[in-house]
Amino acid sequence: MTPKQSGFAVDRRKFLTGVAVAGAATAATPAANATPAATAPARLPSALPPTAHQIAAETGTPKELSRVGGKPGSDFMMDVIKTLDIKYCPSNCASSFRALHESMINYGENKMPEYLNCMHEESAVGIAHGYFKIAGKPLMTMCHGTVGLQHAAMGIYNAWCDRVPVIVIGGNDLDAAYRPPGVPTFHSAQDINALVRDFTKWDDTPVSSQHFAQSFVRGYKLCVTPPYGPVMFSLDAGLQQEPVREHGEKLYIPKYTPAAPPHGDMNAVREAAKLLANASNPVIVADRAARTANGVKLLVELAELLQAKVIDQQGRMNFPKTHHLNSQLGAVNTADVIIGLELSDFWATVNQYTDNGEHGGIGFNQSRMKPGTKLISISSVDLITKANYQDFQRFQSVDISMGGDAEATLPALIEAVKSAIPNDKKAAIEKRGEDAKKAYATNEARTRAAAAIAWDASPISTARLCMEVYNAIKDLDWSLVASEGNVSNWPNRLWPINKHHQWIGRSGGYGVGYGLPASVGAALANRDIGGRFSVSIQSDGDMMYAPGVMWTAAKHKIPLLSVMHNNRGYHQEVMHVQRLSNFRNRVASLGGDMGPIGTSIQNPDIEYHKLAESMGWWAKGPIKDPALLGPAIKEAVAVVKSGQPALLNVWTQPR
Amino acid sequence: MRWVIKLSLAALTAGLVMSGAAYAASAEKGKTAYVQHGCWQCHGFVGQGGITGPKLGPDPLPLEGLSAFIRSSNGPMPPYPEKILPNEDLADIHAYLQSVPKPPDYKTIPLLNP
Repeated sequence: MTPKQSGFAVDRRKFLTGVAVAGAATAATPAANATPAATAPARLPSALPPTAHQIAAETGTPKELSRVGGKPGSDFMMDVIKTLDIKYCPSNCASSFRALHESMINYGENKMPEYLNCMHEESAVGIAHGYFKIAGKPLMTMCHGTVGLQHAAMGIYNAWCDRVPVIVIGGNDLDAAYRPPGVPTFHSAQDINALVRDFTKWDDTPVSSQHFAQSFVRGYKLCVTPPYGPVMFSLDAGLQQEPVREHGEKLYIPKYTPAAPPHGDMNAVREAAKLLANASNPVIVADRAARTANGVKLLVELAELLQAKVIDQQGRMNFPKTHHLNSQLGAVNTADVIIGLELSDFWATVNQYTDNGEHGGIGFNQSRMKPGTKLISISSVDLITKANYQDFQRFQSVDISMGGDAEATLPALIEAVKSAIPNDKKAAIEKRGEDAKKAYATNEARTRAAAAIAWDASPISTARLCMEVYNAIKDLDWSLVASEGNVSNWPNRLWPINKHHQWIGRSGGYGVGYGLPASVGAALANRDIGGRFSVSIQSDGDMMYAPGVMWTAAKHKIPLLSVMHNNRGYHQEVMHVQRLSNFRNRVASLGGDMGPIGTSIQNPDIEYHKLAESMGWWAKGPIKDPALLGPAIKEAVAVVKSGQPALLNVWTQPR
Repeated sequence: MRWVIKLSLAALTAGLVMSGAAYAASAEKGKTAYVQHGCWQCHGFVGQGGITGPKLGPDPLPLEGLSAFIRSSNGPMPPYPEKILPNEDLADIHAYLQSVPKPPDYKTIPLLNP
């Protein structure tokens, strides 16, 4: 790395005075030589030739650029970034990327991307995570390469597991001989990317401006090629701050061309189609199958061709909830052919694990399937599986395995199924559809009856919470941008979630703290689309990891309705510790709270509404009476429609 | 469905033996015991159930059957031996579950009938 250089100072004011005198003298000279005339008194020349000092000032670097001596590297980086249509950069500021930050807001005019002021790096990545799932375009974030990246790491892991692209730039200062001592050196490392290499698609450490250009365009391309995933750049402070050097050739910005997504092998597609077409009870299971709204249409077409039940595992909105083929996990029990589309866990789809402490605490497993059931998998994640982090889950053997993007493969699979369905199967397929309609209607009634239980209870039932919210937004173009706590899945069971943007999945890695920032990011994308109403079911534990993102939402005028599922605890752990206490034949110590010590969020009860108000939100609570919930939600909806984020602190049942 | 089979067998054989004279179970004490012993965590505060546990009330299983299941559960629900859940507390919890009011018919709730 070239060491930093300092320029030289020139007094521009003195230089300009000298030029005026020299110019006047030069202009006078030709007239004096032209014609002999009567002797006139001697005149001083009006301009003198420039001195060496003046020549240097005229041809050297102006004082205001003396420290840089040319175009700053980070200005060129902005030129590169601006070719890629990146709308926002959520970030928590730091000295290690001060140069790129300054270029972004001044040289780049704070547009494309616009800097979003965040209080925590995990929030910044979370915003990018949620934003992508609505907008379909990645955001970039900048962070300190060490301490900031450590904060960001959980968000990056969630994005990795959820197959979402985020472009992460970590500032670093590699030159140990010249970087400032003290804090900047604490914040430097040889290889900052190592921290997240196991859960990013790709990373690089550019060492020249041209290298940055190639690297950034490559990184963008990789992160938006399915399977999507985060990418990481270590960006040296010196490279950002020093002038651009061309090394003998003019700098250029490579053109970005999107890569076509990988596609299932056609022979395998035909084999899979034959199995599905000849099955008596085919079942489709979809997790992150529908990357786009078109994926939903394709899945509906496939399901209707076969009249196959569809289990939507809700990694994305894959299948309309009001469709008669929408089914539950129990459908696996009677299937003879199961096709899994971008499943994050095929093993747990067809097997059940019970945590009952048997076998020395391991629990026990049993298959959900009938013997002889055929399994088909289409998954792009097979192409980028890494070893260290275990997001790939337990290994499940299948009969046909395709490493390819499910949505990209569906058109070919649909055509192959059309060709493969024998004529004598068509009546049976039609009957399957009729049976599915009856089963759907029965299940609907059963679900609504279950929702009615504890309808007037206090704390408020999760069914009541969800249906009061739906009632207030049902006539709007709504989008449920997060529901990370477990509200017994009522929205997916009772709301007519039929459009791709109405449900965007979960965190991916189940790192708690995703819900709040992701809902802000998704709400930002919905705001920009225009007229779309964002609502989240916000759990208490999730919020408390980094509540400062509420300030970011207010600061950047991101309208969002957060209705809290405040069950006053980290409820999953409430149950886990209770379970272990029971296995060990011990009474769980509660310490004066409702749940085992260390799992409750009570005494004192956090006043989330006051916390939200302090950061610029409209807020109300705590709401414990279900009769007051509907009117409060209606009031909050009006606030959000005016452009301000709003929060309702609602005390709820645990699940 | 293994837990259902075990529960049915337990109910048929009536495995619970209450010592001494009949215990006068209290729904009021049962509400406290229900929270203290963690039943609310999976079944909700009024036994309504949810994604983590089935509905318990109103109309709970007979005490003998409920007890047999709770004492020996080998499924997703952890067992509650007598050492950590005394018989009297269990009887009180049962009384509490019996006292839970019946839910309304969902057809009478406008929000559940779009």
